[in-house]
Amino acid sequence: MPLSLEIVSPEKLLLSRPVDMVVIPASEGDMGVMEGHTPMIVMLRGGTIDLYEGDRIIDRLFVDGGFAEVTQERCTVLANKAIPLAEVNKAEAERRLAEAEAAYEAADKRDVATEDAALDVVQSARAMTEAAG
Amino acid sequence: MPSLKALRTRINSVKSTQKITSAMKMVAASKLRRAQQQAEAARPYAERMDRMLRALAASVAGSPTAPPLLVGTGADKVHLLIAVTADRGLAGAFNTQVGRATRNLARRLEADGKTVKILAVGRKGRDYLRRELSSRIVGDITYAGKRRIDFGDAQEIGVRIAAMLAAGEIDVATVVYNRFQSVIAQIVTEQQIIPAPPPPAGETLDTSGAIYDFEPDEETILAKLLPQALAIQMYRSLLESAAGEHGARMTAMDNATRNAGDMIKRLSQNYNRARQANITKELIEIISGAEAV
Repeated sequence: MPLSLEIVSPEKLLLSRPVDMVVIPASEGDMGVMEGHTPMIVMLRGGTIDLYEGDRIIDRLFVDGGFAEVTQERCTVLANKAIPLAEVNKAEAERRLAEAEAAYEAADKRDVATEDAALDVVQSARAMTEAAG
Repeated sequence: MPSLKALRTRINSVKSTQKITSAMKMVAASKLRRAQQQAEAARPYAERMDRMLRALAASVAGSPTAPPLLVGTGADKVHLLIAVTADRGLAGAFNTQVGRATRNLARRLEADGKTVKILAVGRKGRDYLRRELSSRIVGDITYAGKRRIDFGDAQEIGVRIAAMLAAGEIDVATVVYNRFQSVIAQIVTEQQIIPAPPPPAGETLDTSGAIYDFEPDEETILAKLLPQALAIQMYRSLLESAAGEHGARMTAMDNATRNAGDMIKRLSQNYNRARQANITKELIEIISGAEAV
């Protein structure tokens, strides 16, 4: 299995293993990465990472946004948080979504950067609820 | 010559102090191990972040719209010093070292006509700097009662620094902290974080010749990545400082335990001498009393 995938959070190295393909939630749409991909640095939105071995999904993880560095032979995901999909807690996800929406309502809409940041949090929380459901 | 009873009390009190210091040493040793593991675990993220940042920085180098977090505000007027210390004392010179280095740096900058602002992280450093430079302190953060530092804490500091920069309150930011070198050596380090320091001389950009594509564009990614990189840098300093603190405390408590041991030895010797002298004196009294009869 040629592509080596690494998922790292600031607090530790979460996962490091070879895979055939990985689908990452890039900011402008999901992106499948296989060996020999053109080198890229992409921003991630909140969503799920799918690990493929052949045609089979062997693992799915939820990430709450971050960055990914893709080179011909590896894919490195820098996320603040990555949790196996099975462990995503629906109740907690919904609570976070409610919080994020409240924060968005309260955010200063005149400032584009603040609004965008708040919107990102809402999007990430929504992706988490979807992942849980 | 102090009385026997006074000596006995003294010995007992030194003994209980010794018990406390040796217990503190053990605690520090186990906390040190944990802090080192945490610092170790944070390394992969920091390394990869650094790699990405360099690739990005290289591609926006020279661009007039490069974000201030990377290149600074272009001015060199107001310096922010972030002094990272511990919340607790009894760690030898650990906290004072940082305090003193911060003070000297502040004096030097002010002598050059710059304005200095101080952000004190940790209770001990805050107290020290309050005595010396209270008018320059713009904020303080303490983690008293917190079991371990997590990334969120570092992020908070990062956000604060970024906000100050965006508001034009500061031009340059420098962290002063104890870098953990070994259990007995903590090195006070002054590290400039804004503008981001250039890569060490002689080291060429190693992106294995790859030219990256960016999605979305470089500047959008940079705008997101830089605050994260800043938080990571703070996280690293906090962890280094935490490991250093426990190392320093371990050494300090080891010395204290050894000193207490020496003191007990000396006091017991005095005590035994005094006891012997007493007995001899009593014997002489009895003998001379018997002879007189």
